[in-house]
Amino acid sequence: MTIFGVPTQALFGQLLIGLINGAFYALLSLGLSVIFGLLNIINFTHGAQYMMGAFAAYFLLNWAGLGYWWSLLLAPIAVGITGVVLERTTLKRLYQLDHLYGLLLTFGFALIIQGLFRHQYGSSGLPYAMPAELAGGRNLGFMFLPNYRAWVIAFSLAVCLTTWYVIERTRLGSYLRAATENPSLVQAFGINVPRTITLTYGFGVGLAALAGVLAAPIYQVNPLMGADLIIVVFAVVVIGGLGSIMGSIVTGFGLGVVEGFTKVFYPEASNTVIFVIMAVVLLIRPTGLFGRAS
Amino acid sequence: MSTTTDQYVSTTLPAVQGVSAPHAIAFVVMTAALVAAPFFVYPVFLMKALCFALFACAFNLLIGYVGLLSFGHAVFLGAAGYGAAHSAKVWGFPPEAAILVGTAAATVLGVAIGALAIRSKGIYFANITLAFAQMVYFFSLQAPFTGGEDGIQSVPRGAVLGVLSLKDTLTLYFVVLAIFLLGFLLIYRAIHSPFGQVLKAIRENEPRAISLGYRAERYKLLAFVLSATFAGLAGATKALVFQLASLTDVHWTMSGEVVLMTLLGGLGTVFGPVVGAFIVVTLENYLAQLGAWVTVVQGVIFVVCVLTFRRGVVGELGRAVRRSL
Repeated sequence: MTIFGVPTQALFGQLLIGLINGAFYALLSLGLSVIFGLLNIINFTHGAQYMMGAFAAYFLLNWAGLGYWWSLLLAPIAVGITGVVLERTTLKRLYQLDHLYGLLLTFGFALIIQGLFRHQYGSSGLPYAMPAELAGGRNLGFMFLPNYRAWVIAFSLAVCLTTWYVIERTRLGSYLRAATENPSLVQAFGINVPRTITLTYGFGVGLAALAGVLAAPIYQVNPLMGADLIIVVFAVVVIGGLGSIMGSIVTGFGLGVVEGFTKVFYPEASNTVIFVIMAVVLLIRPTGLFGRAS
Repeated sequence: MSTTTDQYVSTTLPAVQGVSAPHAIAFVVMTAALVAAPFFVYPVFLMKALCFALFACAFNLLIGYVGLLSFGHAVFLGAAGYGAAHSAKVWGFPPEAAILVGTAAATVLGVAIGALAIRSKGIYFANITLAFAQMVYFFSLQAPFTGGEDGIQSVPRGAVLGVLSLKDTLTLYFVVLAIFLLGFLLIYRAIHSPFGQVLKAIRENEPRAISLGYRAERYKLLAFVLSATFAGLAGATKALVFQLASLTDVHWTMSGEVVLMTLLGGLGTVFGPVVGAFIVVTLENYLAQLGAWVTVVQGVIFVVCVLTFRRGVVGELGRAVRRSL
């Protein structure tokens, strides 16, 4: 069976890969958006923190004997705490300066973290076994669906939507959004804005680490696994509109799928298609698909 | 984002045009040192530093005087390198024509990327230039004429105007020095001209500049294209010096390096990028055998500069002597 001259097997295979990539784009750009919304900085360390999440899972398994499910809980918390320390000690000193200094500082931290891990573990990947519960897969008739990949897509979608719900529909989220609009007024109402900012940064970093844990069994645990990925995610964030929560989720998954299909129909462009889309979107809507006019 | 960008500027810039005395003195000292240097220091190292110094000056034109942080400037360096290497090796162009072809390639890319990116500011601008740079990187990886992972190797240096053979390292050095000084002076001229004054006005208060009748977008685009062109001049020269055009020069890590050089030397200072480039190239030279530590040291410099040393070496020096350098 073929569609547009392409075997359905290949088409659905690339659709699945696209959805997997899209899940990572969505989780990472969601974290970037949450951080950008409140701190107004682009967190260049995000790719390194994604990598730290995967390494945290690796350490938990090999040093503490704690498996995948524990890592899913503990790795984001641990990496999130390093994010909190980073924000408390350095980032918060830059809030009154131009936001570009935040970009440069987090870029510096990304270089340090990636350099240190590369020094210790080299550039080749470390294997991380798939959890036994999710090994294998099922035959859907038209394609073979590995269980773990289905889990990654479903779980990251659930995390994204929960985050969206908390920020857009709960009281806690309304504090966050209010602090984005007018921090001094929210502070005057008795909400501890600096602490909110710190915890938000920690949460965004935790999301990156969570993506890292999810990625560990699929890709290998590699010091540079986040270095190039984060550039693509930046483009995803620009397309979706900086700071838009739903925008990053939708564009994350959507662009993953588009990229997957490009691999089927025009493989030469699969690396660049996201950047081309970005250029087109910028021409038509400079604030991104879901962004508000600034 | 209506924050002023005056943090970029180390000292209040005097609104004078023409050449100020401290600049003239510093320029004479710099030129004298660079003329004498190849007799004491390995010339190829100096040429590398000079190419990066010109690259950093071109980058500084944009961030220091327009307040725009481009995170994709490696594109212009790398694309010009490919242009020069390809025209010298495949088409058999002499070096001066090869450098022109490379620089023109960077100019064309500068117009294309600038037209799209210039409409945004601040973080958006940084993000967009970065993404375009990555697009060009993937293009270079796959395009037939770039040699992919291998790059374009053993590029012939040829002879300038058919007479001055560049096989001799010292001759090559002085040609590179001449190109650097030409680029440096042209950038200096651009900054200290009515055009440069308008750029500063736009950086300080864009709505007011527009209300005074200046077409801000055109000025910014012209500054972007100029910056791309000089970055291209540096890239084309570098390709002839090392007889190599490779993916390294297009990769985003190179864009990060030029930010580092300019930040360390002093954003918005005339001589800062040159000093920053020499420091970073020297550091990399000494740390090269330590592998991943180079990245760590670069990261540490970034963090220290941003947290405590935002004026950079030349900016702090200028403050100490109360002159804008």
